[in-house]
Amino acid sequence: MKAFKWSFIIAIFAYLYLPIGILVINSFNASKYGYEWKGFTFEWYAKLWENEALTQAFLNSLLVASLAATAATLIGTLMALALHRYRFPLKATASSLLFIVMMSPDIVLAITFLVIFIALGIQLGFWSLLIAHITFCLPFVVITVYAQLKGFDKYLLEAAQDLGASESRIFRLIILPLVFPAIVAGWLLSFTLSLDDVIISSFVTGPSFEILPIRVFSMVKVGVSPEVNVLATLLLAISLFLVTLSTLLLRRKH
Amino acid sequence: MNLLNFRRFAIVLTLVWLGLFVLVPHVLVLLTSVMSPDAQHLAVWPLTLNSWERLFEPVYAEVFWRSLWLSTLTTVICLVLGYPFAYIVAKLPNVWRGVLLFLMIVPFWTNSLIRTYAIKLILGNKGLVNAALLGTGVVDEPLQLLYTPFAVVFGLVYVLLPFMVLPLVSSFDKLDSTLLEAAQDLGASFWARFRLIIVPLTMPGIIAGSLMVFLPAMGMFYVADLLGGAKNLLLGNIIKNQFLVVRDWPFGAAFSVALIVIMAGLLWLYFLANRRINRQGGLDDESL
Repeated sequence: MKAFKWSFIIAIFAYLYLPIGILVINSFNASKYGYEWKGFTFEWYAKLWENEALTQAFLNSLLVASLAATAATLIGTLMALALHRYRFPLKATASSLLFIVMMSPDIVLAITFLVIFIALGIQLGFWSLLIAHITFCLPFVVITVYAQLKGFDKYLLEAAQDLGASESRIFRLIILPLVFPAIVAGWLLSFTLSLDDVIISSFVTGPSFEILPIRVFSMVKVGVSPEVNVLATLLLAISLFLVTLSTLLLRRKH
Repeated sequence: MNLLNFRRFAIVLTLVWLGLFVLVPHVLVLLTSVMSPDAQHLAVWPLTLNSWERLFEPVYAEVFWRSLWLSTLTTVICLVLGYPFAYIVAKLPNVWRGVLLFLMIVPFWTNSLIRTYAIKLILGNKGLVNAALLGTGVVDEPLQLLYTPFAVVFGLVYVLLPFMVLPLVSSFDKLDSTLLEAAQDLGASFWARFRLIIVPLTMPGIIAGSLMVFLPAMGMFYVADLLGGAKNLLLGNIIKNQFLVVRDWPFGAAFSVALIVIMAGLLWLYFLANRRINRQGGLDDESL
């Protein structure tokens, strides 16, 4: 039974990691088409370096993912706080809207974003992309932080309030340190979702600001491009580095 | 910042952001779906139900049914793979559990489009699967795997499986194992325990996971584009074409609203099931 369990787990992970393994191996493969191994090379890494449009799209993707994750974390934390601590009109509507964002298929969200940007006259490009990414990450931050807020001792806050601490002081000195792990988790989740997104980005960005999935989509539709393998490998390495870094930072903090 | 300001800032930010970027856009899409198409201004008056009628044209109805069918198939496969997987993972010691869940997230960092492209290298005529089959002499000619409905489902399951597993794991986490022990002590067989305790108590996770797979599956135009070829289009391909290529916004919007209606129906079922089980919902529900 135990052997069966582990072979099942391994089979699932083999399925999930096989395509990624192929990408990483092919990034060093001298064969252009990647169907067989023709020797080790760094050629594609050099090629990528020369491909300015692709590297620019790659950097843009990382930029948007980090900015969107940071903004979504800031806004989402405040939202979670508002939903948890304050009473205000339309509160139920606000949580339903967050729920809608979480459950809506990307394609539907993509359409709604496109329509509102056109209606507001916002040029499709960096800002529209950023706003869209922040918005679809928000519910995940709110849920994570909200769960943490629910978990801690509310007398702590009441005591602080009775002793005359202002709301922003309570937030800074008590709430923020206590929900910090949830905030980090929310940031990572947002960063991941933003980096992985294809559908929403295809709708809300314009030629002025190209990001990876759009660039790659046009490349792989016309043919094979080994630079894409290199990009995938680099993305993986950078993300792993970021996560290791944040785990280490978190560990030092506690 | 005094109390009023900080509180007001948080509340106003919440309402304005969600109103401006979620509520209003959804209403606008609904409105667009009943407007008239216009090449220059995208959507104009007068109001008309034309786009809605066109949804029922055979060529679109066919895509609709195919999407529903492929998404259902994807959901079922994800559930069959994900359910035992989530069960095993949830029962592991904390360290392993964390590591395995982390490993589920890692693939996302290589962007799902790039991963889908890699699947081409597995399923293609010269791909891994065919190389293995030819090499071992199981087949004499490469099988046509790519550009088939099979390839589309393979890719959809690949991209969406984590969305099934994660809600299921949190559902299994909440499952009280003493209930199972009690049932066992009282002589219930494994099948009886599974059917009468495990499945009903993890139902919120099953439904949440299924929704998180089923709904996005219909919109994944890039999976259908790369793996399915021209014959295996999904709803997402039509919506994308109407908006970005043909530029018939009302028609595209009508398709999206149809998708929203399906979503609303399924969510309603989800809430009913959820309420029956733990009498809570909305933001307080952690099974998502």
